[in-house]
Amino acid sequence: MMKRSAGEKVFAVFNTIFLLLLCVVFFLPVWHVAMGSISDPLKVAASSGLYLKPLGKPTLGGYRLIMQNSTILRAYGNTLIYVVSSTLFGLVLTILAAYVMSTRGLLFGKTFALFVVFTMIFNGGLVPTFLVVNKLGLIDTRWALIIPGAVSAYNIIIMRTSFSEIPGEMLDAARIDGADEFKILTSIILPVSKAIIAVIVLFYAVQHWNAWFNAAIYLQKSRNLYPLQLTLREIVLQATENSIIADADGQDVMIFRPLIKYATIMISIIPMMIVYPFVQKYFVTGVMIGSVKG
Amino acid sequence: MSSFSTAKPLKKKFTERLKKDFKNHWQMYLLALPVIAYFFIFNYAPMFGIVMAFEKFQIKKGIFGSRFVGFENFHRFFISPFFWRLLRNTLLISIYGLLFSFPLPIIFALCLNEVRNRKFKKVVQTVSYLPYFISVVVVVSILFDFGKANGLITNIATFFGWDGGAVISSAKWFRTLYIGSNLWQHLGYNSIIFISALAAVDPTLYEAARIDGANRWQQTLHVTLPGIASTIIVLLILRLGQIMGVGYEKIILMYGPSTYETGDVIASYVYRTGILDADYSYSTAVNLFNSLVNMVVLFTANFISRKVNETSIW
Repeated sequence: MMKRSAGEKVFAVFNTIFLLLLCVVFFLPVWHVAMGSISDPLKVAASSGLYLKPLGKPTLGGYRLIMQNSTILRAYGNTLIYVVSSTLFGLVLTILAAYVMSTRGLLFGKTFALFVVFTMIFNGGLVPTFLVVNKLGLIDTRWALIIPGAVSAYNIIIMRTSFSEIPGEMLDAARIDGADEFKILTSIILPVSKAIIAVIVLFYAVQHWNAWFNAAIYLQKSRNLYPLQLTLREIVLQATENSIIADADGQDVMIFRPLIKYATIMISIIPMMIVYPFVQKYFVTGVMIGSVKG
Repeated sequence: MSSFSTAKPLKKKFTERLKKDFKNHWQMYLLALPVIAYFFIFNYAPMFGIVMAFEKFQIKKGIFGSRFVGFENFHRFFISPFFWRLLRNTLLISIYGLLFSFPLPIIFALCLNEVRNRKFKKVVQTVSYLPYFISVVVVVSILFDFGKANGLITNIATFFGWDGGAVISSAKWFRTLYIGSNLWQHLGYNSIIFISALAAVDPTLYEAARIDGANRWQQTLHVTLPGIASTIIVLLILRLGQIMGVGYEKIILMYGPSTYETGDVIASYVYRTGILDADYSYSTAVNLFNSLVNMVVLFTANFISRKVNETSIW
């Protein structure tokens, strides 16, 4: 390594400080909510600004309150159902599409690829899509949150790119041995594609965990089917926590009310916060594959 | 190309190829069937539904039974008192957003690239991805908490002489908060692509530059930036193609009657008229106008880039 000049050393110091400051900015809002959620509720109600540490004596009262609240718990359960089913459904179709697209020598291979990719460039828009879902009778059912939006052309392309890298001789050998296409997919391609499957599962799961908009338009009368994000929206943004927590009673409710929004935000992001440091490398892989072909 | 004399054998050849293809690959087409059905129902059927933009659509009569009205819905939009406000808000949010959220991930990637300590680099990267994993609802929730009267951002603004109360319900602050929180959420994630492009720059080029006496800054200017230029251009074209593509999801969580003046964009208007007011034809027409403008901008940007730079997304 060559020697660094004085100017470069000064730059290195400032660069480090700049990046550290950025880290603080990225992290601070989450920290603020975390501290708010365990603060003394009376002090939260009266305070303002940023919470760098819990105000007053730390308490888990806010969490206790939402753990007793049937609306929030049910929304949490709904989200789990939607994330798992929609991810599974999307994954299966993504694998099928990617397999067909990665197979060479199909007469309609190009047509199929175009058929899929075109959905990335153009779409029918909000109302026509809504009317199709309506026509199918999915409004106010769980299916409306599981099927529409479950398959993304972008993810298909990422998976196709990865499948194409599997040596063709391996597949041809199996075909000569008489294996059918489905068998080749399940017993040769999928076992060697665990990493890319992990990437796609994560892409879908994060997307569905954080989704709220489809629920807002497709669930019109069935509040009992709401996912967590939509309940969160009602609590924090539409300030309807009164009606949501009305079914819980006791003194706790009155006292801990100011903590509910922070605690609900926390329970919605804690799973992500725990998982993402371990899965981020898969995300990076996915973005890189996507950028090459996208 | 083809003349009448060659057309026939070609055609015959085609049917033969078709037969052979189906015989060899019918299993493949069977596997493709669910995918075709899915995209057909949830993507292509809605595209067909765009026809209603040219109709006075009534849900009882359906697409085929409703009265055809030509460009009436578009005309209604163009003469609407909201037209210019929506167009202005959409373009301003988009252009200001582009000015900040396009270069900053590149600068962030360049700064990270200068870090020698691998562990520190890794930690900064990981922390920078964190906001990406947080939902829009949560981001806007935190924004409301910081932007309420007495919230962090309002307090900072007040310190610098602002006297309009809660910034979250101020039309003057809408764009700043929208773009700022977008930046917070996507800066790290958007830098991934540049970080990987930087890693792919040929190290021998740096060596050559050093031998020529270039310092770090000159190396950045003459080796690094040209090395990632094509990535930058392709991404810029793609971003330009979304110049009218300010999404509704975050806007409708953030805005309210007091911020419509700067916050209402075409997409949120499509949502309000289409879903809340059930004015289906009109909303579809507005959305179609929006998508068409996007496509024209995308094709133009790509065309110019191909002429000037020989870089193209196709």
